[in-house]
Amino acid sequence: MNTKTLLYIVKRILLAIFTVWVVITVTFFVMHAVPGGPFVGEKATTPAVQAAMEAKYGLDKPLLEQYGTYLKDIVTKFDFGPSLKQRGRMVVDIIMDGMKTSLKLGLIAAVIAALIGIVLGAVAALRRNKFIDRVIMVITTAFVSMPSFIIGSLLLLCFSLLLHWFPANGAASGGLVLPIITLALYPMAYITRLTRSSMLDVLGQDYIRTARAKGVSGTKVIFGHALKNSLIPVLTYFGPMLAYIVTGSLVVEQIFAVPGIGRQFVSSITNRDYPMIMGTTIILAALIVVMNLVTDILYKVVDPRITLE
Amino acid sequence: MQKKKFTFHVDLDSFIPASDAEKEYLVQMRPSSTFFKDGVKRLYKNKVAFVSFIIIVLITLSSIILPMIWPYSYEDQLGVRPGKPVDSSYNNLKPFEYGKTEEAMIEAGESVFPHVFGTDASGRDYFIRVIYGTRISLAVGFFASIIVLLIGTVIGSISGYFGGKVDLIIMRIVDIIYSLPDMLMVILLSTVLKMTLAPAIEGTPLASIGSNIISLFIVFALLYWVSMSRLIRGQILSLREQEYVLSARATGAKGSWIIRKHLIPNCISVVIISAALQIPSAIFTESYLSFLGLGVNAPMPSLGSLASQALNGLASYPYRLVIPAIMISLIVLSLNLFGDGLRDAFDPKLNG
Repeated sequence: MNTKTLLYIVKRILLAIFTVWVVITVTFFVMHAVPGGPFVGEKATTPAVQAAMEAKYGLDKPLLEQYGTYLKDIVTKFDFGPSLKQRGRMVVDIIMDGMKTSLKLGLIAAVIAALIGIVLGAVAALRRNKFIDRVIMVITTAFVSMPSFIIGSLLLLCFSLLLHWFPANGAASGGLVLPIITLALYPMAYITRLTRSSMLDVLGQDYIRTARAKGVSGTKVIFGHALKNSLIPVLTYFGPMLAYIVTGSLVVEQIFAVPGIGRQFVSSITNRDYPMIMGTTIILAALIVVMNLVTDILYKVVDPRITLE
Repeated sequence: MQKKKFTFHVDLDSFIPASDAEKEYLVQMRPSSTFFKDGVKRLYKNKVAFVSFIIIVLITLSSIILPMIWPYSYEDQLGVRPGKPVDSSYNNLKPFEYGKTEEAMIEAGESVFPHVFGTDASGRDYFIRVIYGTRISLAVGFFASIIVLLIGTVIGSISGYFGGKVDLIIMRIVDIIYSLPDMLMVILLSTVLKMTLAPAIEGTPLASIGSNIISLFIVFALLYWVSMSRLIRGQILSLREQEYVLSARATGAKGSWIIRKHLIPNCISVVIISAALQIPSAIFTESYLSFLGLGVNAPMPSLGSLASQALNGLASYPYRLVIPAIMISLIVLSLNLFGDGLRDAFDPKLNG
């Protein structure tokens, strides 16, 4: 790694930190722009009780002071304050609880999507314009045109309500199978198409012809030369895929009643649990920003030919 | 006159006026094809894109015309008649079933328009709700991409034209918005706007559109213009340096002429194509937000909210999920395929 690469990495890290700060700031001020405090809608509270509760949660202080405290707590203690609706619990604890399930869900979905997508894409490219290629392309085109909640609801309908193969409740044993499939289908289809086009591109390169001409066996050409190089563009999809899985999990966890962070987030929106909304947005956003950062750096490290801006 | 080789004597034969036979060659046999005609021809030949286009036109037309001629409306609860107790026999009708009073009318020999897809839990005709939901989804997609197109074009061309510091500042802002996780920001902004906008627009004409749709547009206007403006800026930067622009400038063309005759025609296809591809993504976002309860306001239906409401009675009424699901997939699929076809037809540079 030369100094130019290092400089690029440092620049990207600074931009990522700045982005996370923007997210925190936007989230904080946007949430505090909502008219009426979080306790206004509560039943059976007198103004005195409301004032006491606002004082307890520090909502009576000037906005900028609240912002300063909020930012300081996040940076120094990784503390997002207490949840307003689940009394006595900290936002971080709730998120970490949900994160266990969600991470499992997301990671398995990502791995499945990548593995199957790459294999299908390579097969389609090697059998270009043959029957199997057509079938793969038609199916993947259909999958990228379906929103995740539609895929999820249809899977729920087919496999748990009609066929009774899997439980409809994500918390039951085997209940994560359908949510994982739901989350994996779209990225899988996307990776298939990406791998196919990039593989076709690589197969037309001179070095593949040279390798063939000097008598390298077919499998070795494909696995040693073609596949490795054609995976580089696929790598760039890594970050967006994670973003998709994170946002997709919001609805998928809702459909299958998976006790994860997505479901917490959605219910915190309907409950107007402000600290939960803010905390979840910030943590998920930071996760996506970090993954994008890793993708960008990895991309550069894997393929030194790529010139930096 | 004998022509001397290797001299500079002018060959006078070359300057004899052309005969009629020779003139024939120069006559244009058929009018030259314009860029637009060429593209349309290519698009017409692309069967997939053509079929997609017809599907889009059919769906759009029926979503506009059918609500006008259909005897039921999307918000009428058929069991609710003024001055009478609520007739719950109209709720949750299966396709082609009738409510009690309607059955009486049929027995009396009157004809009653069938409920093709039955009714929903509140006794509203489901067919017209799906059609109306399609209209809402299409309209949201269309207007959202127009907003993105306008803002992106203006900011992108400002950035491209002025260059220098203006460009630098705009591009840094674009970088930051670009690296924000868009869906999370959309959810956050919609949540907040839903709460702040609803009281603010009450009583104004805007209220009929609904605070949620307006907040969706605002969110699109705030976040989604970045990729469009990047695209336009890149186009303008590269077009500015083209030889034909230089030659036009050298022959004394004014700036406005260059913009009108060279820059815009060369940009426009790229812009329209990416705007066309923006529509399905806007429809996606709208349905996603509707599913989370942040989409259109009830009783207005959209395909996403119909699908999410269908989840409640999924075991008994699976078709209520399947119908909007098919509709939304069909729309997004045809728009995507048509957009791809447009790109192939009108952006020959991308073909290679």
